Amino acid sequence: MEFFTDMILLMDSTLRTATPLVLAALAGLVAERSGIVDIGLEGKMLAAAFAAAAAAAVTGSPWMGMLAGVGASVFLALLHGWVSIAQRGNQIVSGMAINIAVAGLAPTLANFWFQKGGQTPLLGDEARFSTITLPFADALADVPVIGALYSELISGHNLITYLAAALIPLVAWMLYKTRFGLRLRAVGENPEAVDTAGISVTLLRYQAMVIAGVLCGLSGSVLSTGLGGGFIRDMSAGKGYLALAAMIFGRWKPVPTLLACLLFGFVDALQGRLQGVALPLIGEIPVQFTMMLPYVLTVVILAGFAGRMDAPKASGTPYEKDH
Amino acid sequence: MAAQKKLPFWADAILLPTLNLLAAFLVSGLVIWGLGEDPLEALSLMVDGAFGFQEGVGYTFYYATNFVFTGLAVSVAYHAGLFNIGGEGQAMLGGLGLTLAVFLVGDVSPVLAVLLAIVGAAAFGGAWAFIPAYLQAKRGSHVVITTIMFNFIASALLAYLLVGPLQRPGGQMPESADFPDGVSLMHLQDLFAMMGFTYESGPLNLSALIAVLCAVGVWFMLWRTRFGYELRVVGQNQNAARYAGISVTRMTVIAMMISGGLAGMMGLNELLGEQLRLLGNFTLGYGFVGIAVAFMGRNHPVGIVLAAMLFGALYQGGAELAFEMPNIQRDYIVLIQGLVILFAGAMEHLFRDPVERVFRHFSERRAA
Repeated sequence: MEFFTDMILLMDSTLRTATPLVLAALAGLVAERSGIVDIGLEGKMLAAAFAAAAAAAVTGSPWMGMLAGVGASVFLALLHGWVSIAQRGNQIVSGMAINIAVAGLAPTLANFWFQKGGQTPLLGDEARFSTITLPFADALADVPVIGALYSELISGHNLITYLAAALIPLVAWMLYKTRFGLRLRAVGENPEAVDTAGISVTLLRYQAMVIAGVLCGLSGSVLSTGLGGGFIRDMSAGKGYLALAAMIFGRWKPVPTLLACLLFGFVDALQGRLQGVALPLIGEIPVQFTMMLPYVLTVVILAGFAGRMDAPKASGTPYEKDH
Repeated sequence: MAAQKKLPFWADAILLPTLNLLAAFLVSGLVIWGLGEDPLEALSLMVDGAFGFQEGVGYTFYYATNFVFTGLAVSVAYHAGLFNIGGEGQAMLGGLGLTLAVFLVGDVSPVLAVLLAIVGAAAFGGAWAFIPAYLQAKRGSHVVITTIMFNFIASALLAYLLVGPLQRPGGQMPESADFPDGVSLMHLQDLFAMMGFTYESGPLNLSALIAVLCAVGVWFMLWRTRFGYELRVVGQNQNAARYAGISVTRMTVIAMMISGGLAGMMGLNELLGEQLRLLGNFTLGYGFVGIAVAFMGRNHPVGIVLAAMLFGALYQGGAELAFEMPNIQRDYIVLIQGLVILFAGAMEHLFRDPVERVFRHFSERRAA
């Protein structure tokens, strides 16, 4: 029974840590499917986390926070889009530039506005997306197995986690079942063909970047106003890169990407649980090594799955019309 | 479309980088203005802090030395078509290799220890780049993501060692014991004193000369050897390289290891020159600055040395600025870096296209 409770708790924190990952990974997926490599997920996430926390701290409303977070992220997505589309710039370099600039700008602004050494003030419960108890969760809590599953695992997450759960099928539906999705996928594989059909490559790619910006903005918002209670320096801690790795592992497809994010979330949750626990045979693993786990896993996954072949063919290359 | 006329050398090598830099500075200035400070006053404080007094100049060159190493590291990989973002982690491992070498033979012979430390720094940095390089070459795992992961792993590894086996006996901080007496690189003011000059004491040390030697070495390797030629062919066109019988796998791995070795040598300046012990996170983001330095310097060693001095001035001047203006912290310098990478690395066409148009206009007029 104790093992069962343990597993439920572990899965519960898996869902929580996977939320920002899956949102960012979907953002990267939409961008790359349209032909733009977006290594700037990390920076967008950090910018959104900061903007959301700052706006929530000032207005007292997590909704205003979310709006600011999404706004900041969409702005950066469009900047990256403009550099990639209009400027025909190197997309990896542009993404890295955004990551580095945000890593400098966010704490600078935080310090200017709040004078707390590069952080935002701690957010009160009313300024955060606090946990939502689903209907009947309390009533069902005592029912064996199902009660624990429902009231511990499914109930009691923040709004953005539920939103993410709803967005995954929505993005999949958009990509595979709508005309827009078909065009989006086509423009990442063969922009010449899309252009020949009289559809604007440029417009499609900008649209993709807006969607990516919104998703990534939600991902950052959940970090600072859902899971955490404020912005702290470098709070994205490489999650944007992990999301990118999850997307590659998920072969640029929504459902496998979701599974990859859950795996990363699980490893992250596991490393939290392993801290200070003595394992049989090995003994206690130093905390620094458990913290390495998600990063090591990423390398192993990327090494095990030579995924480049599955990448959208035109991703990373600017589209230039022949004159 | 008519054949594009190439820009004259000076426009390509001086005018365009200057325009990019000015654009980045303009945005940076706007941010300062937004923070309620006077951008021009900030600029003058920075220039004064970086060049206004002997100690300031010493620090400017001291920081520049770090950036020459990390900038060269980025550019060697870039010439082979690889984007090495792992300079940070490679520098950390370089610092570890250096420290191990020092403690291994420091008590036997300081001179031997210094020599072995230089080898250790380069070897460990290069080794840390090996795995991402191999995975890129053999498995197609994107080197950008794997090197970033290796940065996180290196940071955790160093944190573990510095509160564990390598921690100063009885110490509380994440740092190693002090290096044995005499195991250090000579400070340049001491060298100057031997030559009869006096210079205010500062952190600038022999690594600055080692860095310049590395720059010359990289130039020679890339443009004066067959190996360098092959490396650049791989970077320009992998298919052409394969047709020419060049092993792309081999070149990828070697280029990344040279790159990692150069990044690893950053520790010579910070640890063997100044701190004389291993510190957790002594790299302070200098590995990332290398990206900005390489793009700003057009990936040419001469440009990199100049760009490194610019960033050295920016760091030293920025430290003074943070001291004088309460709204501006050291984070602000990181923002400038990001903007420089954006304008010099990714938005090259912003000025190149108009400038080319202007030049074409004039050359057509002359022809007519």
